[in-house]
Amino acid sequence: MRATDRLTLASIALMSSLPTWAAGALEGPVKQRETNWHAIIIFLIFVAFTLGITYWAARRTRSAKDFYAAGGGITGLQNGLAIAGDFMSAASFLGISALVFTKGYDGLIYSLGFLVGWPIITFLVAERLRNLGKFTFADVASYRLKQTPIRSFAATGTLIVVTLYLIAQMVGAGQLIQLLFGLPYATAVIIVGVLMVLYVTFGGMLATTWVQIIKAVMLLCGATFMAFMVMQAAGFSFETLFQTAVSVHPKHLAIMAPGNTSPIETISLGIGLMFGTAGLPHILMRFFTVKDAKEARKSVFYATGFIGYFYILTFIIGFGAIMLVMGKPEYTTTVMEKGKQVTQLIGGANMPAIHLAYAVGGDMFQGFISAVAFATILAVVSGLTLSGASAISHDLYANVFARGRTNEAHEIRVSKYATLGLGVVAILLGIAFQKTNVAFMVGLAFSVAASANFPVLFLAMFWRGLTTRGAVAGGSLGLLCAVAMIVTGPTVWVKILGNAAPIFPYDNPSIFSMPLAFIVIWAVSKMDTSAAAAQEKAAFDAQFVRSMTGVGAEGAASH
Amino acid sequence: MDDPVIQRIQNNPRFHELVHKKSSLSWTLAIIILVAYVGLILMIALAPSVLGTPLFAGGVTTIGIPLGMLLIVLAFVLTGIYVRRANGEFDTLNQQVIAEARNARN
Repeated sequence: MRATDRLTLASIALMSSLPTWAAGALEGPVKQRETNWHAIIIFLIFVAFTLGITYWAARRTRSAKDFYAAGGGITGLQNGLAIAGDFMSAASFLGISALVFTKGYDGLIYSLGFLVGWPIITFLVAERLRNLGKFTFADVASYRLKQTPIRSFAATGTLIVVTLYLIAQMVGAGQLIQLLFGLPYATAVIIVGVLMVLYVTFGGMLATTWVQIIKAVMLLCGATFMAFMVMQAAGFSFETLFQTAVSVHPKHLAIMAPGNTSPIETISLGIGLMFGTAGLPHILMRFFTVKDAKEARKSVFYATGFIGYFYILTFIIGFGAIMLVMGKPEYTTTVMEKGKQVTQLIGGANMPAIHLAYAVGGDMFQGFISAVAFATILAVVSGLTLSGASAISHDLYANVFARGRTNEAHEIRVSKYATLGLGVVAILLGIAFQKTNVAFMVGLAFSVAASANFPVLFLAMFWRGLTTRGAVAGGSLGLLCAVAMIVTGPTVWVKILGNAAPIFPYDNPSIFSMPLAFIVIWAVSKMDTSAAAAQEKAAFDAQFVRSMTGVGAEGAASH
Repeated sequence: MDDPVIQRIQNNPRFHELVHKKSSLSWTLAIIILVAYVGLILMIALAPSVLGTPLFAGGVTTIGIPLGMLLIVLAFVLTGIYVRRANGEFDTLNQQVIAEARNARN
């Protein structure tokens, strides 16, 4: 991917969960590059290997429990890696290292928001979720509440989060692969869609888990190697690394300190990331793949370790890219923008990690990192699709439409059709949104998760007074508010829809929409004096015993 | 599980001991990480120059860098503390409570 192509793009910013202040995206078309054989060969090996695993997994996937939860037989360490694989998207890797590259310290602050949700999940959510649920977080939310309304609400929340996340990943995948592999956009989107459907329909959770584990190991190894080479170049001294970076970077010392950010925006982003993580359906679903609460705790511990380590690596990689990539003529290109000559990175603002891979490891290693980026997207979309499919089959079909009067074989079949449907929808939306800046969609997904899913799930586990009416009213309002505030905010209302001024002044709504959901859930539950509400409150004690002790929880299947 | 077991667990003072110990640990740790994170964010918002102070005279490494790294390490260590106690001490207590409730049936 040398200086042959001139690319200006918003590319990976599109798939990234970066807030708009962080995106630093450039406008313009994405051009295809020449075919990158190193990357394609390494990626084909990955695909062949994971399809082999899918074949193996398919023969072990019979019951609903196998399909949704890998039979509950995943160990804590494996699940920790898979959670990390689910969570460390290509956006985290390329987007956060790019953010460090352009802004320095601010990039670290951003990654902290992604990390601090994990201890909270460990202390308050993971084991209770494992003890109360079976396949989806709706199992937990509806444990003592009315099945139909709560499952419909939870499935809606799940499908909205999954769809938004999927669109962002598909568009990002198309652009990234076009850039890194030299494949046409639509081809790339279709490849991702077809592979994820294959993994999920045939291999279910077991195949999905292993795709995530393999990808996590590849990503962690690749990033470790890059960080090691950077530190070696800096003589294993952070001070030397930072000093070189400060002298090269146009902002000089400013990269070592926080920049100007609005306090409300920063805290709101932090709240959205922290509590949104605890409301992401594809992450929550992972806790049902282990045999008991003990393993669930272990898995978040490992996941927190891997994810924290990964963010330290991306920080070093970002600074390493300043040292080894910034300003070097072989990585930059000059384009005309608004009549002025602008020097920029080849491939656009999100390419520092990819160029750094070349700088420290040559063509072959750059091919490896490109293949890892592709594998990363594939793993994330597979987890999302499985979670969306289970919301359709387990929550909507089995428990709402059929009211529990169906059998496992039917439910699995519906799940497979749902996966196929989601795959088609993801491909179509991915192609439809090719030209749109969809960076806001991941932010919206996190906000919806934090303002709708999380409050209902949290109060269902912790507050005796929660009633069905309260949960549905407050959760729905939180969902609507998060969507409305993002649509009328600076990114969508002004930059995408072209209006003059935003109606809602902030990009991150969670600081408003999440408390609102909590307050409305509380108020409506308090006012609910129906007999059903009294029963729901009375059922809390038994639920509490089960959530604390695991008595009666779904055990592991024997494999 | 049948109601009598749940009932007996609820009446067992050791269950309440378990709940008390576990809840106070989870909430204490959750509050520590929240305060640390929100504290850092507030410093960024209100006193960015503090985080931009060099660690030592003549150096470029600022106080903000080790503080940020420390938060990552803190998240990992607190999670580790919780999992260690919950999977050791609390789990043993939990198993005893469950065993007592089940054996009482006979």
